Amino acid sequence: MSTFSGQNLMCVRGERTVFTGLDFNLDAGGALVLIGPNGSGKSSLLRLMSGLLPPASGTLAWEGESISEDPEAHGGRLHYVGHYDAVKAVLSVTENVSFWASLRNAQADTDAALEAFGIAHLSDVPGRFLSAGQKRRVNLARILAAPAPLWLLDEPTTALDKETIAALEATIARHRQGGGMVVISTHSDMNLEHYDVLDLADFALGQGEMARAS
Amino acid sequence: MNGFMAILKRDLHLASRQGMDNMMVVMFFVIAVVLFPFGVGPEPNILARIAAGVIMVAALLASMLSLERLFQTDYEDGSLELLSLSPIALEVVVLAKITAHWLTTGLPLIIAAPLLAVLLNMNSEGFPMLIVALLLGTPSLSLIGAVGAALILGSRRGGVLLALLILPLYIPVLIFGVSAIDAVIGGFEANAQLLILGGFLMGAFALCPWAAAAGVRQAIE
Repeated sequence: MSTFSGQNLMCVRGERTVFTGLDFNLDAGGALVLIGPNGSGKSSLLRLMSGLLPPASGTLAWEGESISEDPEAHGGRLHYVGHYDAVKAVLSVTENVSFWASLRNAQADTDAALEAFGIAHLSDVPGRFLSAGQKRRVNLARILAAPAPLWLLDEPTTALDKETIAALEATIARHRQGGGMVVISTHSDMNLEHYDVLDLADFALGQGEMARAS
Repeated sequence: MNGFMAILKRDLHLASRQGMDNMMVVMFFVIAVVLFPFGVGPEPNILARIAAGVIMVAALLASMLSLERLFQTDYEDGSLELLSLSPIALEVVVLAKITAHWLTTGLPLIIAAPLLAVLLNMNSEGFPMLIVALLLGTPSLSLIGAVGAALILGSRRGGVLLALLILPLYIPVLIFGVSAIDAVIGGFEANAQLLILGGFLMGAFALCPWAAAAGVRQAIE
């Protein structure tokens, strides 16, 4: 059984400590929902988990092995959806999705991925004619086209309509049934089954500690 | 290797869909060279004397022109983050992008150069050496330029900063490239200059992808 865990994580942005002493543990098929007010470090934690940002202290481990040992292997087992959709304006929807799949040597099922998010009819449309919500759907189709066990989704529902949110929830459920893990930061309620909640506000520097730190 | 080819193909694809951008680099090269006869006068001897230097300097400036966008567009739309999270080493990603940059900028410059040499009345004995010097020199320019392009990511008005960072590093390519052409025109061997240009290229090839990848990592942190 694959597990993904973090121990005693601390994140510093600029000179400010965003969170400290944070632990989490995620088993195969598990889901972790990150909540907390703006600036509490939800996005930073996801970037830490992806390896984009090294933690100021603490360790992240996949099956007990630190992710910093082999960043490429970690990159290969995760999909990250950030604030930007990485849709190229001059490439068609299919070209956009299949490029990202081709980096992972996967037998990409691009058509099924587009179908799942209701953008199959847009497959030949260049990226620049897409709306914000359609771009987000392309980005989500990207993670579906090439399988990876760990999904890190940063506010994935931004700009999505109700129907697509439901499609995303169904996709996540299927992903988890297959043993996949998912970490989601969200402000809107998503309909997921038995998930763990991590409130980032619990790990902010307390007033007393703040005085000691300064 | 598959990843390298996939990124190279994508970048060439993107460049071909935005064809004007690369045409503009070549147009800049031509216009910059054409300005010199107007500036220094149409005296054939003077033009022949300065031809090699003018073409090399113009090539340096032209290849720098498109460097700013080497990582910038991918940085702005989030692609660079995703590329760095792919199973492919970031150094390989960077090298693929540099290769695409050379194929879309360096190669057209090399093709246009002999035409400009004729325009400047360069001694025709120097033509083959002009091509060889550019073939060895322009990949170094793309490699070194990539380090600068990675360092300016996220800064405003990066273009001028980029020029200040990398133009001094282009000087060896300029000196030995021009010197090789002049040597051949003067009836000497140019082996030493070519070996130095080749060595410089090898050094850049070994170091620059790592330096540029480190710069990119810093930028997306």
